[in-house]
Amino acid sequence: MIRPDAPVLLEIRDLHASVADQPILHGVNLTLRAGEIHAVMGRNGSGKSTLSKVLAGHPAYTVTGGSVRYRGEDLLALDPEQRARIGLFLGFQYPVEIPGVSNLEFLRVATNARRQEGGEEELDTFAFEDLVNEKLQVVQMDPAFLERSVNEGFSGGEKKRNEILQMALLEPVVAILDETDSGLDIDALRIVSGGVNHLAGPDNATLLITHYQRLLDAITPDYVHVMAHGRILRTGGKELALELEQRGYDWVDAEPAVLEAV
Amino acid sequence: MSTASVGELVSQPYKYGFVTDIETEKIAKGLSEDVVRLISAKKEEPAFLLDFRLRAYRQWLQMDEPDWAGLGYPAIDYQNIIYYAAPKQQDKKASLDEVDPKLLETFDKLGIPLSEQKRLSNVAVDAVFDSVSIATTYKEKLAEHGVIFCSISEAVKEHPELIEKYLGTVVPCNDNYFAALNSAVFSDGSFVFIPRGVECPMELSTYFRINSGDTGQFERTLIVAEERASVSYLEGCTAPMFDTNQLHAAVVELVALDDASIKYSTVQNWYAGDENGVGGIYNFVTKRGQCRGDRSRISWTQVETGSAITWKYPSCVLQGADSVGEFYSVALTNNRQQADTGTKMIHVGPRTRSTIVSKGISAGHSSNSYRGLVQIGPKAVGARNFSQCDSMLIGDQAAANTYPYIRSQQSDADIEHEASTCRISEDQLFYLQSRGIGFEQAVSMMVSGFCRDVFHQLPMEFAAEADKLLALKLEGSVG
Repeated sequence: MIRPDAPVLLEIRDLHASVADQPILHGVNLTLRAGEIHAVMGRNGSGKSTLSKVLAGHPAYTVTGGSVRYRGEDLLALDPEQRARIGLFLGFQYPVEIPGVSNLEFLRVATNARRQEGGEEELDTFAFEDLVNEKLQVVQMDPAFLERSVNEGFSGGEKKRNEILQMALLEPVVAILDETDSGLDIDALRIVSGGVNHLAGPDNATLLITHYQRLLDAITPDYVHVMAHGRILRTGGKELALELEQRGYDWVDAEPAVLEAV
Repeated sequence: MSTASVGELVSQPYKYGFVTDIETEKIAKGLSEDVVRLISAKKEEPAFLLDFRLRAYRQWLQMDEPDWAGLGYPAIDYQNIIYYAAPKQQDKKASLDEVDPKLLETFDKLGIPLSEQKRLSNVAVDAVFDSVSIATTYKEKLAEHGVIFCSISEAVKEHPELIEKYLGTVVPCNDNYFAALNSAVFSDGSFVFIPRGVECPMELSTYFRINSGDTGQFERTLIVAEERASVSYLEGCTAPMFDTNQLHAAVVELVALDDASIKYSTVQNWYAGDENGVGGIYNFVTKRGQCRGDRSRISWTQVETGSAITWKYPSCVLQGADSVGEFYSVALTNNRQQADTGTKMIHVGPRTRSTIVSKGISAGHSSNSYRGLVQIGPKAVGARNFSQCDSMLIGDQAAANTYPYIRSQQSDADIEHEASTCRISEDQLFYLQSRGIGFEQAVSMMVSGFCRDVFHQLPMEFAAEADKLLALKLEGSVG
């Protein structure tokens, strides 16, 4: 939903970043306003996933230039945990397994960290169980998953559903979903995209990072950006995704960029 | 960062580092046959015990300090240690009210209140201060059930026949260098006797406190469970921070008769030295249990977080048919700590079973080794062992080793060994952080997850404590 007067939630300006001294991002510009759903598309190696990791604060990535403001605040100055507590969420392409740490306990600690930041009181075990049972419906997950270790032995689809469950609990202001559709079968894709649609609202923004059009059939973006060589080379509406689907990515490189940022 | 704040940071995790200023009676430094006789005389011991000590001492003179454990430390000067120190206390106290308030205060500060009003409701405690038992709670209540729980010195006086019958029968006085030393000079420790058919009505616990800087610590613990008896026992240990090293060489013997069961848990938090490895306890301990009776069971659970050096292999001799031995261990080393710990499961009787679960966590520049022996004797038909040894590395300066020894003289024994090593990965930490969980909490969640199988074995009151202790120990060890 595009509203020109909606408040700016995330403002990325001329962002440069590298990993292991290898520059990956070469000046990314992007603005997310409340209520908007953006999709960033591009080939493997175009810098899409790097962008998501940099925004979330992964220690392996170094910002070498530019700025990111989150509701006016300097996001890059914050620790990853602080970014999460104030409402930034990254749904991982490959959620890691954490043996021995109970999923339920993990979700409760994470939810309470977010709540505390917002001045809400912590939920005890019982109150949290009520909440989590309600949120499980969003992703149609079996409560048995709560008893297991975080992502341990989960199938690809179960891991992604667990990501959306976390998103449902944390109620982020800006959600970045990195290749959430990868490795999902049709049913899982339907459940996951249903969850994302359910959670998208007028006060938050979603940034979908994806390779394929098929996710965008299920979640309609307001803007589509095409990334190549560490920059956003083209921006358009949802029809841009269809064009990419038909013509591939080569023409993006060939034609000079018309529009860079919104 | 200024020196003062670095100092604060480092010393913060160890909150038991204080020294109690109390008058003690000490003998002169050094070890000789006269010193052994003096200790025995001071304790007014019967002849059999003096004889035991002297045999041990003479054997010890012939023995060499073991060097197979791959631990590095400067040579211990056995003549530079005081072998007997005791808080000055006129007579054995009839009641707690007469115990020096400073001592009660010390245990209060350690979280072990001894006074009638404040004591732990379902745990009887024997408080040992510099190797001398100062008080034992709930003695009368336990006596109603026929359970004897007292200091070993007291047991020598009041139940000499039991001491003579069992002392040194599991760990002989010449078992090894440190056990021989202990047998010669041990000062105190706990004695537990659970008579036939009695299930001990409460947890028993001994809290060992080292206070003195130049005194060696040599406790001796003996637990006997007669037929169908059962008991759960826990020991805790702390010491002040000195920049010298103190030697701690304890011996623990457990005897389980037919259908008896003994569960022995340890939370060891001796002072570990500073971040440069200065100071800390040298912990050379011999712990062994004998499943003498059929269907008996001995279970060791240990959480080892302290000491500069840990050399400790709580073992089970599975003599009775169908007897069961268990060893659950978490050993955490940080800074310059060195641990070489594990177990021995000696299968003698038929259909004996043993389980070993060992979790080693190494952080800082520490070194952490699991060393274990599974031995199946010729009569141990149908014996079974399962071992699982997992190591977790934190940072890239720490070392972890696993040395499993398996000797089997039984072709149909079933021995399984699993081992794994993992490192807390940056991606796992980032995953937790990206959900709002702080760095240190993320590490401690992963560490306690790693240790969960062992913590489940601890008495409930102490499982949460152990969890907290690990978190404290790891403070500032990562990143």
